[in-house]
Amino acid sequence: MLGFLLRRLIYSLPIMLGVALVCFGLVHLAPGDPLMSILPPDASADLQAQLIELYGFNRSYPEQFVTWVWRALQGDLGTSIASNRPVASEVMTAVGNTLRLALLATLIGFVLGCLFGFVAGYFQNSWLDKFASLLSVLGVSVPHYWLGMVLVIVFSSILMWLPPGGAGPGGSSQWIWDWEHFKHMLLPAITMSVIPMGIISRTVRALVADILAQEFIVGLRAKGLTNFGIFWHVVKNAAPTALAVMGLQLGYLLGGSILIETVFSWPGTGFLLNSAIFQRDLPLLQGTILVLAMFFVVLNLIVDVIQTLLDPRIARA
Amino acid sequence: MTSLNAAASPVLPLVYERSAGYWETVGRRFLRDKVAVGAALVVLLLMVLAVFGPWLAPMDPYQSAMLKRLKPIGFEGHPLGTDELGRDMLTRLMVGAKLSLFMGITPVVCAFFIGSLIGITAGYTGGWVNSVMMRTIDVFYAFPSVLLAIALSGALGAGITNSLISLTIVFIPPLARVAESVTTQIRERDFVEAARASGASAFTIVRVHVLGNVLGPIFVYATSLIAVSMILASGLSFLGLGVKPPEPEWGLMLNTLRTAIYTQPWIAALPGAMIFMTSIAFNLLADGLRSAMEIKQ
Amino acid sequence: MTMANDEVGGSSQPMLSVRGLVKHFPLKKDLLGRGAGVVRAVDGVSFDVFKGETLGVVGESGCGKSTTARLLMQLINHDQGELVFDGQTVGSKSLPLKDYRRQAQMVFQDSYASLNPRLTMEDSIAFAPMVHGLPEREAIERARDLLERVGLAPQRFAERYPHELSGGQRQRVNIARALALQSRLIILDEAVSALDKSVEAQVLNLLLDLKEAFGLTYIFISHDLNVVRYMSDRVMVMYLGQVVEVGDSEILFKHAAHPYTQALLSSIPTLDPDRRTETPPLAGDPPNPINPPSGCRFHTRCAHAQAICSEKMPVLAPAQHGQQVACWMHVAGAAHTGAPSGQGAVKPLEVAA
Repeated sequence: MLGFLLRRLIYSLPIMLGVALVCFGLVHLAPGDPLMSILPPDASADLQAQLIELYGFNRSYPEQFVTWVWRALQGDLGTSIASNRPVASEVMTAVGNTLRLALLATLIGFVLGCLFGFVAGYFQNSWLDKFASLLSVLGVSVPHYWLGMVLVIVFSSILMWLPPGGAGPGGSSQWIWDWEHFKHMLLPAITMSVIPMGIISRTVRALVADILAQEFIVGLRAKGLTNFGIFWHVVKNAAPTALAVMGLQLGYLLGGSILIETVFSWPGTGFLLNSAIFQRDLPLLQGTILVLAMFFVVLNLIVDVIQTLLDPRIARA
Repeated sequence: MTSLNAAASPVLPLVYERSAGYWETVGRRFLRDKVAVGAALVVLLLMVLAVFGPWLAPMDPYQSAMLKRLKPIGFEGHPLGTDELGRDMLTRLMVGAKLSLFMGITPVVCAFFIGSLIGITAGYTGGWVNSVMMRTIDVFYAFPSVLLAIALSGALGAGITNSLISLTIVFIPPLARVAESVTTQIRERDFVEAARASGASAFTIVRVHVLGNVLGPIFVYATSLIAVSMILASGLSFLGLGVKPPEPEWGLMLNTLRTAIYTQPWIAALPGAMIFMTSIAFNLLADGLRSAMEIKQ
Repeated sequence: MTMANDEVGGSSQPMLSVRGLVKHFPLKKDLLGRGAGVVRAVDGVSFDVFKGETLGVVGESGCGKSTTARLLMQLINHDQGELVFDGQTVGSKSLPLKDYRRQAQMVFQDSYASLNPRLTMEDSIAFAPMVHGLPEREAIERARDLLERVGLAPQRFAERYPHELSGGQRQRVNIARALALQSRLIILDEAVSALDKSVEAQVLNLLLDLKEAFGLTYIFISHDLNVVRYMSDRVMVMYLGQVVEVGDSEILFKHAAHPYTQALLSSIPTLDPDRRTETPPLAGDPPNPINPPSGCRFHTRCAHAQAICSEKMPVLAPAQHGQQVACWMHVAGAAHTGAPSGQGAVKPLEVAA
């Protein structure tokens, strides 16, 4: 067991290295001299040379990469060109905001998804099943940024129940769990929850249908187990995979929140990414992508480990 | 039952009994699924729109008329209203089908070929070649797809070609993984061993025995990616990273019409509705295909 | 259909000579490189297969029969040992692998998994000849002819798919495929084990007919002793990766020399009340191919085991009725109380036929 965990951890290391490499390389893919985006157009040669030295553009790529990784491991992700603040702190604040949103969205998606999935799986081929399956297809197919816009139209513009965007009074750095702030979170979270809801409900439906079809269920019924008892067995069998999918969906939401955050002007990592791209703020861009990607890798690792702990079959394999 | 002497058996007609081939059976099963057929028809309609849109559309998609900005649905001469530059919405939506569908389907098609090549090679060869190839793929798979698409697009810059490249790169890892997984399973089967025992080269074995059994599942998986690709491609345009104005593309239209959600909300929502409908159709089509192909064996 | 005449050696030359075949499968090492050992699947197997005979191979699951079959077909590579086919070393310049593959073919146990679900029967059979250069039309012709030979009317079966045929019919197709290259040696790895009894009988008779018609040599692997007895001229018994006894079929069944063979034979269920099995024939635990017992591998379960059995490994040596046995009880002068000392040797147990 411990051996498995160790192996899994060690296996992640080259992946993380590869991810860091890709993050580093991405930014240098960009056409144009990265320096040009920083400099004012009439900068003197001296200033140019100083900045080149400061940002290390004159050293070889491997050197730059190693330096960057080394500093990153110590928590220094450079300084944002646009805001002149340390990248690390900006990213961390943004991550906090996105995490709040993503967690709520995943929770909603998981609860609704399991509900629909269980209903569909238990009452296969009935109208309930078809209805629940329809909802999940819709959930998976909807362009979530468009859904966000529609929800803003309905709830903000027409009904005026909820604000159209932003993170509430106090901006992005202060957060209190009160209605004033929470109402800003509601629409984006609901929008974000739709795709995970669709995916989880499909997965759970397939799982439940599979489990119910197995012979051990027939055996349990023959023993006289109540319906609730059987339900509990189904839950136990479906839980590892369902939780794994939920974990993965959380990861996707963290990494892919940019579209919704743009619609709702939510000051999270996606929003940060957006501004970094359009301002060609390379250190910020690099830092944000790196942090998000690493989050995802670590999350995958955690999901794997938890799934192994819950599902005894995998551990023994 | 054994008949070694051919002359002893009666003269039989030279007609050879054959049964429905694999694709015939799949086709028949597909046609029985009403939902799938409906979805297929919608997709067909959209394809027609994509190809013939410019000719079928009533007006010029680029023709702006500043005096007729943001007229509502049902306005005279503009059944679906006008956009923020006075261009006819119906026309832009119809012509937009071409770019939106192109941006959605092309990356998946390219990724299908490249990913299959990588995955089948890795799966059949096995050993360290497999490990190296798949670990490299895993590094890219370690990124959430939206993040990778945006990061690549952000790095390469806006524009159609760059978006196509970045989306193709995003879809290669999942397709390669599926290809490798299916190929590895087929490789273990006895009939592949029997083919090796007959002295055939690896290339021949892959061509005759592996491809036929492997491309089906990969293809089905690829069709399920089309809807995602469309949404992602439109999303890139929505962010300003994909198609550039004034080209009609549904995602871009959503972006430019965002400010109109307070004045003409329904017009602002129209392009997204098109994306939604297309996405549903492709997803249902992919589901139908999967059902039609999987029940076999 | 004429047989391609690629006879090299004469009729007394063994069709296949196997010498010292060894195959170990490494087990996964853990992270720190501590190896968990190897599975000694095949550990020093030597035997001959003579032209025109059927050599039966028996043993329990895990004794290495299937691995040996795959080694003979070179589907996996051996670690040590030598294969000589009709006097020529397999893989050498005089007999490259592709040529060997034309002359030796195999029929697998799972009739369904052995056929490509996407190919018609005639395409499956015609594949190998086409690989070896036969034009497509002639290959299809040959395929249809072979279908006829194995009792499947080409008009009904040539353009069908595997899922449309029954198990027995599929296995006939597999046999036809094995014959498509006009091979001389056919290895049958549990080829009838998965079939219903009545179908099994038909296929076995088909195999005998084909053997006579085409002058084939068979290696017949099975765990079913009755079937092996019916089909084989000689029989080889394997245990834990080694050959423990080999000899003429009837002699083995009547005068089995090795205790393991005796145990196997006495475990054949019989309805005769005079020959009831009253004591379990084998004692002790099933063997572990990763860590086999020292000396004679069977000694942990042998009723006759003595000190020498756990110390030294016996090799195949001639025994009383002409078979070869690897057992210290049959080696003259061995430090075993049962060993023959020239005169007054202890007779091995007789098992009723």
